[in-house]
Amino acid sequence: MTPEVEDLLRELAPQVLGALTRRSRDFDASEDAVQEALLAASSRWPGDGIPAKPFGWLLQTAARRMIDQRRSEQSRRQRETLASLLEASPPEISDKDDTLIVLFMCCHPALTPASAIALTLRAVGGLTTTEIASAFLVSEATMAQRISRAKQRIKDSGMSFTMPAREDQSARLRTVLHVLYLIFNEGYASTSGRELHRVELSDEAIRLTRMLHGVLPDDSEVAGLLALMLLVDARRPARTGARGEVIPLAQQDRTRWNRACMAEGVALLNGAIGRGRVGEYQLQAAIAAVHDQATHSADTDWPQILGLYELLEQMTGNPVVTLNKAIATAMVHGPTEGLAVLETVDAQLADHHRLEAVRAHLLEMAGDRKAAVAHYLAAASRTTNLPTQRYLTMQAARLSHSLPDQSGTT
Amino acid sequence: MRYLLIVNFEGGAIDTPMEEWKPEEITAHLDYYKALHAELVRSGELVDSQVLAGPNLAKIVSSDGRHAPVVTDGPFQEFKEWVAGYQIVDVESEARAIEIAARISAVPGPGGEATQQPIQLRQVMDQAPSDVAEMEQFLHQVGDKR
Repeated sequence: MTPEVEDLLRELAPQVLGALTRRSRDFDASEDAVQEALLAASSRWPGDGIPAKPFGWLLQTAARRMIDQRRSEQSRRQRETLASLLEASPPEISDKDDTLIVLFMCCHPALTPASAIALTLRAVGGLTTTEIASAFLVSEATMAQRISRAKQRIKDSGMSFTMPAREDQSARLRTVLHVLYLIFNEGYASTSGRELHRVELSDEAIRLTRMLHGVLPDDSEVAGLLALMLLVDARRPARTGARGEVIPLAQQDRTRWNRACMAEGVALLNGAIGRGRVGEYQLQAAIAAVHDQATHSADTDWPQILGLYELLEQMTGNPVVTLNKAIATAMVHGPTEGLAVLETVDAQLADHHRLEAVRAHLLEMAGDRKAAVAHYLAAASRTTNLPTQRYLTMQAARLSHSLPDQSGTT
Repeated sequence: MRYLLIVNFEGGAIDTPMEEWKPEEITAHLDYYKALHAELVRSGELVDSQVLAGPNLAKIVSSDGRHAPVVTDGPFQEFKEWVAGYQIVDVESEARAIEIAARISAVPGPGGEATQQPIQLRQVMDQAPSDVAEMEQFLHQVGDKR
């Protein structure tokens, strides 16, 4: 499939799904039918050329598939009802609203994050089950099950295919942003699997967030999330070495950062800040921007980063934010102060490898290499991410070789 | 023929835990695995290969099917006997499976010496009869039982 066809299909996917669901009032069956129409288009358009009205072509093909499907399972009367529903012109609604409703549907709070992610990638992203399964390193059957359970759950919740009431919209939008953020993270520092970057997922998260920003250009948190993704993704070329090993921020070759991506992130952020309430994604983006703006790691404006983490901590109460605040504290006030900050989240993050990893890092800064080795190892034994585990083991090895009392137990 | 190649936490000839190796020795160790992995992917023999999280994250589950399951957390005894990772290969002969197992066992450790980690080689049971004669026999046996 040519890139033009692929881009067009994936852009149209949520709009066609929205239009079909509004007519048929059946999200589940519409979603299946749209997938089939997308597959049909991807095999025919490259040879036949893109039809004059690609949206209409897809909608009609999907509607026909849906009727065929019903033919095998339902009475003639029910089929005719469906056919008349599909033919009736539904109330005028913009493609933008359709995309948004589909997103709200797929990121319904009743779904688990894993289900919402899978469904969003398929229904909004227009990815096939095979592609999603391979991105998450599970079998196609497993992924198909996950998606069909998610759709069943939406059906059971009795949700209608309409825009949520105005008072619910901001809470629902938060869930959507969270799902997009998780997709990005899954691509960026995957929770499982051999490659640290599952590049396609990051790209897809950025594409979907860009789509959402196109629909809601005035929402400052949507802009903040898009800015955050771009500012973090800009470092992607420098983040892994030739062997796939993790390179921490301080040691990255900053000339390899993607400047264009960064500039776009900064511009979005500047446009968003001051346009309404400052949300957590804008703050995270602001922190990423401060890092990105330092030409050398030694030039990093740590006091500003510390201030931003303090705001973020107050806003979210998330102990993982406190971990980052501990690092910023150590950079501004010294490692002892940083270690003291860590103690405040000991109980909450007891089994989390990142707590141990940060502690090891700060102990190393404080010159206590022996304790640092022990904590790097504790962190390595707790992570389930292979490159991260290798990085942490490597840190322990590096430090034990610089220990003066290294006796060599062999 | 499919074989499961299991590596556990027994160090083989090497007693030194990995964190005491030199960083470049760790790199050489990982590069060796990576090259072998790529080779088995290219030859089409690799079915699956996974590295497992440590036993400290493991749980043991047992159930009588009626009551809530009994879930045991670590720390567990006999750390070294736990599976650390595995490969499933689809090969022409047992000899080839042994060859691959030997390559895994010879992964370099400190000083570039082979670790000689013991590799468990287990044949995976087949689901289907392998030829017509066996199929006939299988069908007769099944027929007898009905």
